[in-house]
Amino acid sequence: MRVEKHPILGDDKRERDASIVVDGKKVSAVTGEPIAAALLAAGIRKFRVTPRFGNPRGLFCGIGRCTDCVMTVDGRPNVRTCVTPVKDGMIVETQVGFGKWADEP
Amino acid sequence: MKTTQVAVIGAGPAGLAAAIEVARVGGKVTVIDENAKPGGQLFKQIHKFFGSKEHRAGVRGFHIGEQLLAETRRLDVEVLLDSPVYALFPDMTVGYVHDQKEVCLKAEKIIIAAGAAENALAFPGSTLPGVMGAGAAQTMINVHRVLPGKKVLMIGSGNVGLIVSYQLMQAGADVVALIEAAPQIGGYGVHAAKIRRAGVPIYVSHTVKKVLGEQQVESVEIVELDSQWQPVAGSEKILTVDTVCIAVGLTPLTELAWLMGCEFVFVSSLGGHVPKHNRNMETTVPGVYIAGDISGVEEASTAMEEGRLAGTACAEALGLLDREGARELKALIWDRMHALRTGPFGEGRRKAKDQLIGLSMGGQA
Amino acid sequence: MEAGPVAFIECVQEIPCNPCEAACPFGAITVGEPITNLPVLHGDKCTGCGACIAPCPGLAIFKVHLRYTETTSLVEFPYEYGPLPDKGDSVPCGDRSGNYVTEGKVVSVRNPKAHDGTAVISVEIPQAYCLEVRTICRKGRRHDGQ
Repeated sequence: MRVEKHPILGDDKRERDASIVVDGKKVSAVTGEPIAAALLAAGIRKFRVTPRFGNPRGLFCGIGRCTDCVMTVDGRPNVRTCVTPVKDGMIVETQVGFGKWADEP
Repeated sequence: MKTTQVAVIGAGPAGLAAAIEVARVGGKVTVIDENAKPGGQLFKQIHKFFGSKEHRAGVRGFHIGEQLLAETRRLDVEVLLDSPVYALFPDMTVGYVHDQKEVCLKAEKIIIAAGAAENALAFPGSTLPGVMGAGAAQTMINVHRVLPGKKVLMIGSGNVGLIVSYQLMQAGADVVALIEAAPQIGGYGVHAAKIRRAGVPIYVSHTVKKVLGEQQVESVEIVELDSQWQPVAGSEKILTVDTVCIAVGLTPLTELAWLMGCEFVFVSSLGGHVPKHNRNMETTVPGVYIAGDISGVEEASTAMEEGRLAGTACAEALGLLDREGARELKALIWDRMHALRTGPFGEGRRKAKDQLIGLSMGGQA
Repeated sequence: MEAGPVAFIECVQEIPCNPCEAACPFGAITVGEPITNLPVLHGDKCTGCGACIAPCPGLAIFKVHLRYTETTSLVEFPYEYGPLPDKGDSVPCGDRSGNYVTEGKVVSVRNPKAHDGTAVISVEIPQAYCLEVRTICRKGRRHDGQ
């Protein structure tokens, strides 16, 4: 959920100028905001599942240190979504385990 | 290879304040930060700071960040972003990565102002989406203007827990409760008063037992603790929340200081292992200084003063400031820091800092 | 309180902080040195102008005008939530624990640029509650607890 109005920060005047694809569905975003922010804004909080037990994981530290938020982005696995900025047209996928490179067999 | 006079690692309040002091007297300083934007934790702080006029009291944290950045731009300080520092070499070379390429920067002095990171807490269900650090929630709401959830349980009553609870409500979330394991609130009474006025119950002597949910947080079970910090059977309460924020302290980010061979000492009240340093903020490795939370977790105001101290000491060591001028500047900084480290909250930090410096000086021949 | 509007400084811990001292145009607040001193309000100098309310970083200063009318008091407090109420609105007023105390009528909402986001709201309430009312109840949280 986006915070459109805020008593201290004022109104959010940024354009939702980017569109990313998350597990096949289009999600609108702001160019340059962290991928995790666009996902949270869209109500998506599960970013990956663990390799052994398939447990759901999502945002934890928010500063790029814990790697709980990693997803596969444009074919690259293990991308820290909390510190990686959105680019229009990005393809974001819920990562399963360690993920696979796009060119992996 | 690239060279500079002073390499400052970290563009938070300590790093920027340090860079300003060096650049002011003509030194060449390069600030290196792993993030895409400078300012460290300052830009998440949308509340008004305390202190006196010189400490910029009454100014919101993010405005102070803007002021510091404007000053660095005015002084032409080089700030390298998206550049994580991965190594410090004994010959005073800083190794960082930028654009997937390794770069080496040779410096005469190094100031490590890498800050601190939030502690985690492990409990059943703590890995579910929706459980996150309070700082992560704060970044999302204040910097990215996104709510990470709607109904929140805050764990921890230090200033971070209290302030982030307030800010979550300003962003439109409902803070269902704040729990604190100790029998008293850890942060400032006025911060606690703000959230109490908003109707948020504060349960001291309570901790989290488990978080429930299938794919994300759906509810949380809290339990009361007795005087021996043991759970009181039958006191469990289930709260319906979709988010659990953890605010249980910070630990200095000291990897680079360890790498460089700095000697450390463990001071629990400062957050754990901290590098020894003298009154000039210089570590046991000559030419390597520290400033800010890396030297002990305090607050942004003290971080800025420590940055100024380290910057002034570097400028003096480089011959950019004469002994007398430096002595005067440092005395003023120590006075301002002393003012911040008084009272029931500051006293403990001052004693810890004095102890740290005492141990550090004692260890040096 | 008997003579007119007066500030109530609910700052009870020694933390290094003194913007209230400089904020008062009448010199009615002293903190001095060290800046951890609790602020002292000089009732004889205080005119109840409310200039000290917005600058307090702890949002700990209020204004109470006991005899605003024969039967009502005026309480003024800092407020940093949106949406702000409008003058004339009837609002649920809360105490320091956020508990509902009484309905109040909004008399003024001041939020100039100089306040940097800290709005100052005054509400007219029955005199009996002037020492309790310190806020507007948050939506959906009119009573303590869940």
